[in-house]
Amino acid sequence: MTPRQQRMVTVAGILVGVSAAAWLGFRAFESNVMLYYDPTDLAAKMPPANERFRLGGMVEKGSVVKTSGTLDIQFLVTDFKHTVPVKFSGILPDLFREGQGVVAHGRMQSGTFVADEILAKHDEKYMPPEVADSLKNNPPPPNLPAAKTGGGT
Amino acid sequence: MIPELGHFALILALVLAGAQAFFGIFGAARGDARWQSVVRPAVAGQFVLVSTAIGVLMYAFVTFDFSVLYVASNSNSALPTFYRVAALWGAHEGSLLLWAWILAAWTLAVAFASRNLPPSFASRVMGVLGFVSFGFLLFTVATSNPFERIFPIPADGRDLNPVLQDPALAIHPPLLYMGYVGMSVAFAFACAAMLEGKLDQAWARWTRPWTTMAWAFLGVGIALGSWWAYYELGWGGYWFWDPVENASFMPWLVATALIHSLAATEKRGVFKSWTLLLAILAFSLSLLGTFLVRSGVLTSVHSFAADPTRGLFILAFLVIVIGGALALYAWRAPMLKSPAGFEGTAREAFLLYNNIFLVVAAAMVLIGTLAPLIADALGTTPLSVGAPYFDNLFPMLMLPLGALVAIGIHAAWKRGQLGNNRARVLVGLGVSLLIGLALVYGVYGASKPLTPIGIVLGIWIILSSLFDPVDRLRRKLSLPRAIIGMTLAHIGLGVGVLAISLVESYSVERDAAIAPGETLALGRYAYRFESISEVEGPNYDAARAVVTVLRDGEPVTTLHPEQRNYWVQRSTLTEAGIERSWNMDMFLALSKNVGGGRWSVRAQLRPFLGWVWLSAALMALGALVAVTDRRYRLRSAANEPALAQGSAAEAT
Repeated sequence: MTPRQQRMVTVAGILVGVSAAAWLGFRAFESNVMLYYDPTDLAAKMPPANERFRLGGMVEKGSVVKTSGTLDIQFLVTDFKHTVPVKFSGILPDLFREGQGVVAHGRMQSGTFVADEILAKHDEKYMPPEVADSLKNNPPPPNLPAAKTGGGT
Repeated sequence: MIPELGHFALILALVLAGAQAFFGIFGAARGDARWQSVVRPAVAGQFVLVSTAIGVLMYAFVTFDFSVLYVASNSNSALPTFYRVAALWGAHEGSLLLWAWILAAWTLAVAFASRNLPPSFASRVMGVLGFVSFGFLLFTVATSNPFERIFPIPADGRDLNPVLQDPALAIHPPLLYMGYVGMSVAFAFACAAMLEGKLDQAWARWTRPWTTMAWAFLGVGIALGSWWAYYELGWGGYWFWDPVENASFMPWLVATALIHSLAATEKRGVFKSWTLLLAILAFSLSLLGTFLVRSGVLTSVHSFAADPTRGLFILAFLVIVIGGALALYAWRAPMLKSPAGFEGTAREAFLLYNNIFLVVAAAMVLIGTLAPLIADALGTTPLSVGAPYFDNLFPMLMLPLGALVAIGIHAAWKRGQLGNNRARVLVGLGVSLLIGLALVYGVYGASKPLTPIGIVLGIWIILSSLFDPVDRLRRKLSLPRAIIGMTLAHIGLGVGVLAISLVESYSVERDAAIAPGETLALGRYAYRFESISEVEGPNYDAARAVVTVLRDGEPVTTLHPEQRNYWVQRSTLTEAGIERSWNMDMFLALSKNVGGGRWSVRAQLRPFLGWVWLSAALMALGALVAVTDRRYRLRSAANEPALAQGSAAEAT
């Protein structure tokens, strides 16, 4: 092979490699994107059955029910217009509280959101941006603290 | 009065940074030696002033000056001294100050080390660094003054975020920033080369040690962060593909490409424009990382309270720096020619493949990280990209890269001649197949399809790295530090591939609710929950469990996981109990009392997890050894007369 031919082979190899990577990338991307819903979105339009998605909102005050001696927990996620019941079995993040923002990953099963992961937060004042947005559209009743992203820490 | 001194020092430093940028860049452009002579004193002055500012803030922390808002927000009278010092960079304002201080320190080091360089070039390098410093100081002074007062003065502070009260935190951000900011030196060298319109092999030799050091700091910083997340966030696991982790990983990937590309530029004069582009990219991604972490635009487990308006400033700065550098690149890069050709199996070619894979990997991480932001900007449904995206794609890029490393190590510069080394390649592959497959099918048992591939590759990379140095020793040839360093770093890579393959394939995890006296079985191991008691720390109280780890029924060790309750912030924190043997991490995190005398716990076994950190340590050690190679010192002294002559000719 002349150096020129060799270079063409190299270039062709790189092109094939990059296209393969791009194709794999798009496939992995498509199958792993999780959409975000708040309770109002869910009331308007259910995601396809068995689709894994993210649900965000506030943990409604007084809604947390734990089964003693197990890891099972149920609670309601609210955006002050609609609520969605959530079931979870596992270890909750340290900062999971009633009346605070939460993001859960999971699927809808017969009207209940079965979470497989509850997102950890690091900071009491931190609010996931999507949840803050949801609550901006649906302002909480005045007796509750206003939603805001971040604080002065 | 003292905090105001700090503020004043920052403003003065800002002015000096402006002077440093102006006189550095335009002094060199005009060939004005008097203008250029301003630069070094400005660098020194800036370092003294920023050091003053950071010293003042540290003093305020140590002496409980709660009249300073930042101190009041991040400290408390019960906080131990060690964490009061570390609290300085526990939040936004202090982190920025630390960034600025590290930049001032790097610039000072450049000012000292660049005495042998052509004056106009050194002046441009420091000018560009001055510009970066100006941007950061302006940002600090204008939007994030750490010395802001609060009135009325609170009786006590709101305390440091409990997850940050940890020894690793004290060193994680500074090391990470050493890496981020260190990339600005490579960036400044690249900009200076473009401004000069000249990029030769000497340029690559000056740039290499700086870039290698920055790369090493970045790697150690990331590894420490991962280590800290592993035991402090409480839930096990060392990498979550979290946006903030990705933000630090992307510059590392590109910097890894850069140090390899620089090697080819130094030795063979090839890839000149590509090297420049990588230097710009590495620093841009470092800035992007700072932006992502500090703006709070992405949902992340690391998103400490952040302020979007500040993000806008960093974004504008990002656009100016990246846009300016790329414009300069578009203008100047075509002037740089890479004359030498090379064959498809030469070392240059392998370095090129290495670069392609690393940059594609960085792009892959970037797409996954920024997709939520892009969707947000387009106004579509908010979305996020799950860890499986990264988990599926990353090995697809890294495993071929690993094979290329194992083969490419044997390749010679310019001419492939892989034929002569075919024996080495085959022997290495054969031996690693033997060991790897014995390990997979004999010791651990079959697992995921990628497991044997990863394990064999890891061993192969280690063996391949050893061929050349062992051969040199046997033939009683010299063994330069550059080669020792490279060998160490490549062994580190092999150890990393091996360890990650083992951890990802053979870890076991179980969540359960157990009561004292009960035992939780996990493979050959079992965790026996002995007892639980209340203990008190300096600023928290905790439930502390005693857990015995059994292996084949025999006690191995005792773990003491805690569930802490910090008084001031009223937050709970899981402090996992971890015991590490040479080949196994035994992990137990204690969560809440779930009633009925039971506690929720997460138990994990992670084989060879410690080797992941060992891998990062080996890479950093390799870098450290490589930069002490004699040729960086000797040649710069030998070149001095020639360079001085060259610059004298240029000045006239």
